[in-house]
Amino acid sequence: MKILVCVSKTPDTTSKIAFKDGNTKFDEAGVQWIINPYDEWYSLVRAIELKEKDAATVIHLVTVGGADTEPVIRKALALGGDEAIRVNAEGGDSFFIASQIAEIAKQGGYDLILAGKETIDFNGASIGGMVAELLDVPYVALATKFELNGTTAVVTREIEGGEEVAEVALPVVVSCQKGVAEQRIPNMRGIMAARTKPLKVVEPVGADNLTQVVSYELPPAKAGVKLVAADNVDELVRLLHEEAKVI
Amino acid sequence: MSVLILIDHADGHVKKASLEALTYGAAVAKQLGVPAAGLLLGTVTEDVAALGQYGISTVYQVANETFNTLDAQVYAKAITAAVGTTGATVVIFSHNQTGKAVAPRVSAALKAGLVAGAVALPDTASGFVVKKAVFSGKAFANVSVTSAIKVISVNPNSFKVEAVGGTAEVKALDVTPVAARVKVTAVNKVSGEVPLTEADIVVSAGRGLKGPENWGIVEDLAHVLHAALACSRPVADSHWRPHHEHVGQTGFQVAPNLYIAIGISGAIQHLAGVNRSKVMVVINKDPEAPFFKAADYGIVGDAFEVVPKLTAAIKQLKG
Repeated sequence: MKILVCVSKTPDTTSKIAFKDGNTKFDEAGVQWIINPYDEWYSLVRAIELKEKDAATVIHLVTVGGADTEPVIRKALALGGDEAIRVNAEGGDSFFIASQIAEIAKQGGYDLILAGKETIDFNGASIGGMVAELLDVPYVALATKFELNGTTAVVTREIEGGEEVAEVALPVVVSCQKGVAEQRIPNMRGIMAARTKPLKVVEPVGADNLTQVVSYELPPAKAGVKLVAADNVDELVRLLHEEAKVI
Repeated sequence: MSVLILIDHADGHVKKASLEALTYGAAVAKQLGVPAAGLLLGTVTEDVAALGQYGISTVYQVANETFNTLDAQVYAKAITAAVGTTGATVVIFSHNQTGKAVAPRVSAALKAGLVAGAVALPDTASGFVVKKAVFSGKAFANVSVTSAIKVISVNPNSFKVEAVGGTAEVKALDVTPVAARVKVTAVNKVSGEVPLTEADIVVSAGRGLKGPENWGIVEDLAHVLHAALACSRPVADSHWRPHHEHVGQTGFQVAPNLYIAIGISGAIQHLAGVNRSKVMVVINKDPEAPFFKAADYGIVGDAFEVVPKLTAAIKQLKG
């Protein structure tokens, strides 16, 4: 079993979001970078769990980014995984990034490709589906549980108002979210081991960018909270009914 | 040139998110001066022609029941074929479970730039620029699509459904589905509850409720408002509530008209999942709770006293 886990770096969940250069660039000043939580807590940890059940499993991590992504990749390797591949490219839209991952996937011949359901910075939820299309393999999005039954993946996925169980023969691309695995913290042995795990750097293949961010904006500031006394809920109901018109 | 909108459905019914997508697509078509058509893969029990009331002139239907189960690969192949047949230049999805699974595939197949999670109509003054939510709702990005064909998935609850009247012409489209490789073996719907991501009103509670046995007052309030239930991450992590109710940065992102937060402090990660709600109400006994900075209305008070009173007052309003 060969698993490819797609990993992206994202600003820490508590980061202050600000922009610079006339709102055209994300302001990275003071930002802590982490592994995208959906990639780490769910995809990577699930892959590690599968390897713990079957030692013959090989886990490769792939990321698309500059040299500054390497500390984040080492952190991911400290959790587990056998080697990492960094496609040396800065920026690029989701199609460009998916094209790079698809190329790595074609060369590696993976049985299973796991991605987070989305990154917490661009929220595109696009990479898994695009990679699956470029490889012409099935895609199951928004998994909340993932099991392997021989060469069949048994995936529980989110639907409106519930879940459904889908079975699909490998190879398959699955995007993972809460429920697939539990968050882990790397231990010292993992951190030491990560230092010597291979981190290959490959150059990108030619691929188009189909979209481009032209500017960013912050949501308009809130007018401020209107407080209502705890013994006057009728007033809150009146405000919601007459002023906000939401009930 | 035309706009093609996927009509997503489940259990024989067109989803509300699809009506939003149809309204959005009709508006895009009007802006571009081209026709808007819906694409229905599979079968529904409703009158398909009546979907014309949302501003589309044609519904292309592939009435093959294979499509009543979602296999993203089968869907993408059929949609890609339909785009070719109909000459669509803009393809629109809801950014719901189906759109998230299918739109990226269609985008990659057509080499058509995708804006996932659009919150506004495109700006076509010079080029084709669509605003989308980024940084988990903490900001927006204006994304220029440079390819000939554009794919947009519209964030649920960002665009109000508008019925303008009219009837659509229903045309059968001849598309043979490829063999499905994803087999659905079980469906578990939480019956009797409003689906969280489709809800107009969400009632959410946190650790302030002290334990799962106290959720009755939250459920009562949700019931009178026909609201969906949600909870904060610690509540889901402690298994007080099922994880499909967890909203926040790493749970579900919701954007209802009204979000009521009970006993939730409002950590930045929680707000990231709810801050696109139109109106937010917070009930918390701690006046320093960060949620008061983000909310529109607030009550500083004990949830166990305030919430039952609120439920009673709303019951009275609704007669």
